Amino acid sequence: MFQFINTLLIGITAGSIYSLMAIAIVLVWRSTRVINFAQGGLALASSFVGAAVLEKTGSFWVSLPIAMIAGAIFSAAIEFFFLRPLLKRSGEKEQEIFLPIIATLGLLGIIKTVLNFIYGDRIGVITPPLSDKGFVISGESIALSPMRLLILGTVVVLMVVLTLIFQRTNLGLSLRASSFAPEISRLAGVRVDLIRTVGWAISGAAGATAGILQTTNGSGSISPESFEFSLLLVFGFVAAVIGGIESLVGAVLGGLTLGIILSIILMYVGGSLVFFAAFLILILVLLLRPQGIIGAKGGRRA
Amino acid sequence: MLTIKDLSVDHGAIRALHGVSFKVEKGQLAAVIGANGAGKTTLLRALSGLNKASQGQAHWGDHNILHSKPEALVRHGISHVCEGKSVIPELTVAENLDLGALWRRNRKEAVQSKKEVVELFPRLGERLSQRADSLSGGERQMLALGRAMMSKPQLLLLDEPSLGLAPLVIEQIFQSIRELTTAMGLTVLLVEQNAMGALKIADVGIVLNLGSIAAIGSAAALKDDPAVRAAYLGF
Ligand SMILES: Nc1ncnc2c1ncn2[C@@H]1O[C@H](COP(=O)(O)OP(=O)(O)OP(=O)(O)O)[C@@H](O)[C@H]1O
Ligand SMILES: [Mg+2]
Repeated sequence: MFQFINTLLIGITAGSIYSLMAIAIVLVWRSTRVINFAQGGLALASSFVGAAVLEKTGSFWVSLPIAMIAGAIFSAAIEFFFLRPLLKRSGEKEQEIFLPIIATLGLLGIIKTVLNFIYGDRIGVITPPLSDKGFVISGESIALSPMRLLILGTVVVLMVVLTLIFQRTNLGLSLRASSFAPEISRLAGVRVDLIRTVGWAISGAAGATAGILQTTNGSGSISPESFEFSLLLVFGFVAAVIGGIESLVGAVLGGLTLGIILSIILMYVGGSLVFFAAFLILILVLLLRPQGIIGAKGGRRA
Repeated sequence: MLTIKDLSVDHGAIRALHGVSFKVEKGQLAAVIGANGAGKTTLLRALSGLNKASQGQAHWGDHNILHSKPEALVRHGISHVCEGKSVIPELTVAENLDLGALWRRNRKEAVQSKKEVVELFPRLGERLSQRADSLSGGERQMLALGRAMMSKPQLLLLDEPSLGLAPLVIEQIFQSIRELTTAMGLTVLLVEQNAMGALKIADVGIVLNLGSIAAIGSAAALKDDPAVRAAYLGF
């Protein structure tokens, strides 16, 4: 029982980070109908910025927002300079639908190469600002540490902020409307192109946060060839698909579900199967419930 | 005044409008009628910036409206309600309405516009927090019109508001359009398959045929024109 609760706690923490990555993927998908595989590279690049700031200032709480801003700028720049011109030209001919997606794969490679060029063999270090020693309850140390609590807290705060932005503000209404019906939104006076860039920026900030938290939750360091970040991208994508790829709530539930399942497998079955399990879940969801776990029959949700 | 001169629009290799010219005076309701594929939708989409014109000019007042984006034209008083019920089903009724006024700087006036829309269509007022996809066809059309009104238009482009509605509802919608035009001093381009209904409420009529103007004149005169009757009114 004790072990099971610990497994759950580990799963929820990891899952909350996948949720953030899934949100980043969903935001881009909703605004542009593109799966952005460069998201992993963006998160990595932003985390390097965060690591550099942490090295200079020594403050995690300064480095996190700066990494988020960096992520937002990187992501918006990619949309503006790269995808926008690409999408203007493509989309009409059938074989060109895949162009933007393949282009994001190319971007992922470019970002990694640039990071390799800048950092070479050096690594970025993001030391956890709080202890990652588990709290002790009735003599036993549980898998919930101050650092894990911090991760969960950060994710929850971000979700609340995002929800408020999306449901309560004019910007949120523009973001939702533009993703559901760009043409009607234009006719209503929404500057859809600008809103799209803003959507990418928010996505970049979410991805950056996922990157930083993943690093503190994991090895504490990053390299341009980080395997952790490849996993983060894959798990974020699987989580987004579990959640139905359209929905922010779905992305969160998808991330938590995936985190818990993978944690259980890691604990009771074996670490070598985790990657396999993630893909198995992906394929099962696509086959059995392509609309995702919360996708309603009635179609898309705000 | 809406002035259109020699307007041509192509869809790839297909020319949908061939050098169309006409004028609509400020405050007039103009019905645009014609068979399927006549180019009515294409005309409206070119005027609201959704489609690119290949040739010609169009002015609303002294403002050149070709080669502008829809989101810019809204700010010049041009609102377009597309073919089919032009609402966003995933958003609530209130959100659909608000969307049309997001760009307006003067929030007080925007709130006032919403009041006016709700007064005009009380059924929308009762359903403000409902999702738009739970509305009936007629209510959706009201919502689409209401959304356009939220942008405080001077020129209203309406594409087949009667599409798929029951005769009684069509009458109501047409009545609302007529009242709005007069009350707010709007200029309206009303595209319709329901030619008789449209000509009844319109001041002028424009008959499109295969992308060209086949007849133009006062709505009353067109209604009685034997050639127009035979071809478009069916009797
Ligand atoms: N996106 C498009 N691509 C290619 N051809 C198009 C496109 N849109 C319209 N057309 C063609 O342009 C012509 C005019 O179409 P349009 O939609 O303007 O007609 P309409 O008068 O609105 O007809 P309806 O009453 O059926 O709505 C038609 O021949 C149509 O096939
Ligand atoms: Mg049409």
